[in-house]
This record gives sequence, C-alpha cells and structure tokens, in this order.
Amino acid sequence: MTDFWKRFSRNRSAVFGFTILLLVVFIAAIASLIYPEDPFRLAGKPMSEPGANGFLLGSDSLGRDVASGIAHGAKTSLLIGLIATLAAVFIGVIFGALAGYYGGRTDDILMRITEVFQTIPSFVFAILLVAIMKPSIDSIVVAITVVSWPGVARLVRGEFLALKNREFVQACHTLGMSDRRIMLAEILPNCLSPIIVIGSLMVATAILIESGLAFLGLGDPNIMSWGFQIGAGRTMLRSAWWICTFPGIAILITVLAINLVGEGLNDALNPRLRERN
Amino acid sequence: MNRSSKILRYVGKRLLQGIPIILAIVVMNFFLLNLAEGDAVDVLAGEAGSATPEYMAEMRKKFGLDQPLPVQLAVYLKNVVSLDLGYSFRHDMPVTKLIVDRFWPTLLLMVSTIILAVSFGILLGLYAAVNLNTWKDAMISVFALITYATPLFWVGLMMIIMFSIKNDWFPTSGMENIAAFYEGFDRVKDIAHHLVLPTITLSLFYLALYTRMMRASMLEQYGQDYVVTARAKGLTERRITFVHVLRNALLPVVTMAGVQVGALIGGSVIVESVFAWPGLGMLAFESLFARDLNLLLGIFLLSSALVVAVNLIVDVIYCFLDPRIEVN
Repeated sequence: MTDFWKRFSRNRSAVFGFTILLLVVFIAAIASLIYPEDPFRLAGKPMSEPGANGFLLGSDSLGRDVASGIAHGAKTSLLIGLIATLAAVFIGVIFGALAGYYGGRTDDILMRITEVFQTIPSFVFAILLVAIMKPSIDSIVVAITVVSWPGVARLVRGEFLALKNREFVQACHTLGMSDRRIMLAEILPNCLSPIIVIGSLMVATAILIESGLAFLGLGDPNIMSWGFQIGAGRTMLRSAWWICTFPGIAILITVLAINLVGEGLNDALNPRLRERN
Repeated sequence: MNRSSKILRYVGKRLLQGIPIILAIVVMNFFLLNLAEGDAVDVLAGEAGSATPEYMAEMRKKFGLDQPLPVQLAVYLKNVVSLDLGYSFRHDMPVTKLIVDRFWPTLLLMVSTIILAVSFGILLGLYAAVNLNTWKDAMISVFALITYATPLFWVGLMMIIMFSIKNDWFPTSGMENIAAFYEGFDRVKDIAHHLVLPTITLSLFYLALYTRMMRASMLEQYGQDYVVTARAKGLTERRITFVHVLRNALLPVVTMAGVQVGALIGGSVIVESVFAWPGLGMLAFESLFARDLNLLLGIFLLSSALVVAVNLIVDVIYCFLDPRIEVN
C-alpha cells in the first residue's frame, strides 16, 4: 500500500488530477451550504454577465444562477458516474467471472450476449433506453449501466482465463474449496487492479454520457446537471456565451481529472507495464 | 483451395455470424417497444384528439395488437425482414423511407470525419513517435488528453461562438442554404462550407484516439527485430521509419477506424443536433421530442446493422492487407 502511494505520488499528472478531483468533490459536498436555495429558482436579473448583479458566473435567461447550477450539477455528475460505474462493474464481474471460470458452453452463451451489447452503438442505445423509461435519475443510471458493462465483462473474463489454471487455484481445488469461494475469495482479489483502473476510467465516460443525455433533454427534470445547463443555454449562445461555456469547462475539468487519476492508478498498480514504455 | 475462394468462404461465415446478433437486436427492439407506455393506437388516438374505446379496440385488432406477444413478435420479425419498420405518425411517412432519406447527410458527415480524423491522427501520432519524449510529443499527448475529456456538444457550441458568431466564417446550422437555390458546383461548395464545423467537431475525439493509437503502434514496431536488421544493414533512420515501420504501424490503426463506427454514430447524434445537420442523428433528436418511438427504434436498428456491416468489411479488408492472416 505504501509502495502504491509512493508510485502514485511520483506521477505528477496523476497527483494534479487527484487534487482537482478532490476540489470537485469538495464543491459537490458543500453545494447545499454555499447555495442553499434551489438551483432552478429565479435568483435575480436574467442574462446577467459574469460578475454583474452578484452572479459570479452570470445568470441564464430565466434568472437562474449559473454558478449555483454548476455546484449542484457537480453532485449529480459525480453521483451518477459513481453509481452507474459500480453497477456496471458488478454486472461485468459476474458475467466475466462465470464465462472465464467455467469456459465451454457457459462462456459461449455469456460472450455472445456480451458481443450483442458491444455491437450496439452505446450512446444511441442509452438515448433509447432513457426515452422509453422516461427521463429520471434512475433511468439514466440504468441506461449508463447497460451500455457500460460489456467492457468489464471482457476484461474480467480474460483475467479469470489466465488465472484459473494457476497453481494456487489448483491448490484450492485440491483443498476442496467450492467454486464460488475460489472465484470470489481467490481469483477475484488477484484481478482487482485492472478492474479498479477500468472502473475509474468508466466514471469519466459515464459523466460524459450523462451530460450528453441531459444536453439532449433527457436529464431528470428535477435535478440540476451540467448537460442540462448547456442545453438550456444554447439558444442564447449569441447573446449570453457564459451560460454554455462555464458548465462545459466544469465537465472538461472533471473528466480530465478522473482520466489522469485513472492513468496514474494504472501506472501505480501495474509497475511492470510502466517500465516497458 | 486458393486464397480468394478461402476469403469468400470466410466472408460467408462472418455474414452468418452477424445474423444472430442482428436478430437478437431486433428481438430486443420488440420488447423495448412493448415496455414503453402506450402503443401505436394510443399515439394515434392522442394525435386525433379523441377516440372511443370501441374504436381503439377495433384499431388494435386491425394492427394485430390484440394478439398474444409471441404472435406479435413473429409479425414484427416478418416486417423487419421485409424492411417495414412501421409508421411514423409524426412525419406521416413510413419509418424506412424517412430513414433512407436522412441517411445520406449522416453518411457524408461520417465519411468526412473518418477521413479527417484518421489522416491527421496518423500524422500526429507519427510525429509524436518520431519526436518521442520531447516537448512536441508532450504537447500532442496533452492535446489528446484534453480532447478525450471534452464533451462533443460543448466543442460544437464553442466552435459556433468562435467561428460563426464572433467571426462570421461558417454558417451556424443546416446543410445548405436552401433559399439560394444553388445548383451544380455552387451547391457542392455550399454544402462543403456547411460541412466544415460539424466535421471538425465530430473529428476531434477520434483524432485524439487515432493519434494515441498511432503513437503506440509506431513504438511497438520500433521494438521489432526487423528494425534491428534494418539498422544493421546500415539504413538511415528516416528510411527505417517511413519505409518499414510506418507501413506496419498503419495496420492496427486502420482496423480500429472501423471498430469505432458505433461510437461515431452516437457522436453524430450530438453533433447533428448541435448544428441542425439534417441526418439520422437530427432525426433521432426530433423523434425524442415528438415521442416517436417507432422512428427512434428504426434508427437504432439501422445503426446497429451498420456497425455489424462495417465490422465485417473491416475484417475482410484486413485479410487483404495482411497476407499473414489465416482466414480459416
């Protein structure tokens, strides 16, 4: 563990990303303290420029505070990204573990299903799912989960295939351990590092998908999000550039930070890979 | 058996593999349609403003919606096979015809995007690999990282602010200036002018992707034995890079260009709705607002089929490009 931290902190860009990510998490955590009012509320003069009328980042056509929206939107993005990723990793691990461990027919069937989900254009599928289930935070999480799990399944299957014939697993068989215990307690812990890496990168993708859905008008109508802010501001692009610009920068910074952390984790968890480059 | 007939058999085999995938998607489509609240008759009744329950029951019977689910599924499958994807009440047109009409603008956008992204991605990746670990390489990496993290719709809007509003260089939306009634070459020029911003926007993400892939592919090839041989022969580094390494490094990048087509379709939904580009993506965006699920499902089905087709084509091209690949 100390080794891991040493390697991670030696990677300057990863530390940079981690710092920014902490900042975003901090803003999300104190959003309700610094902006206790509903971000959808009319807060003052509409179309105020940044800095004018007490709006740090300006206001939109309905007098909503852009800065307040960004702070509350941080919560939405991080939460959806995290929950959808956890759910996708859960499903992906089950599929990949069963396919890799049992092989044969099980593998065939599970991988065929995975293949179908991998072929489908994921963003179009997410749009379709949310449209059919009606936009809400639940349907968005479900849609992102459904389009994200196949990558994990493939990865976990590969790891299980590589590990299942290793000596320590054979030793477990000889000891009479159950398949379930071997999979969960013996093999899975040994492939945690690639799962953590792919999971961290998936949070970034999930945030991008969520913002795209909200931009198209498929966000939860009761919850403020960055994509919604940009979608609502696009008709005012000519007269009020700030409505679209700042939430976009928020998405960019957050996704960039998560990607940097993910790459840092990759380097720190797989030190041998690093030396090859 | 000679090679070409082997390839032909391989194509046939791959086609057969694609069919179950398409079939699975069609079946999923059917169940999604059933999952949605309200059926076609509800939509029709809503459109008409009022309808008696008797009339609606009669309509359901006419459309076969009173049949058990497996029968409905069979009818749906039969319809899809005969390219009948249902009717869009919003547009008052068969879905298939609507989709075919809107397919060409999307194809134009996608092809120009792929050309731009692949060619510049290869150039930048090559440049980064040749200047490995210098500031040039670092700059290209930073560019790729940032592009990776930027939402497409936001890039599009920023492009509009910079190149359409602040500087009136390119039009903000649409595919052509219909009011101008351009013909022949003028029309081509007009469409090309409208195509610039959407293409650049959609390209950026893939540009970053291909740049990174090309760089990695070049570095991998530099480590191969044949490079050592070439050096031992006394070839110049320039010759090794451009004649030997480049050609081998290109192969995986070309393949990945095809694999990414599914993501490209998703990106074009976003870009088309930002720039009001009248293609499939824009159609999908419109159908969201109209709650025209038949249409949305049709677009989804077509884009899935497109991915399967492109993957097949890429595999076949790969066989021709790399004679080492055994087609069995």
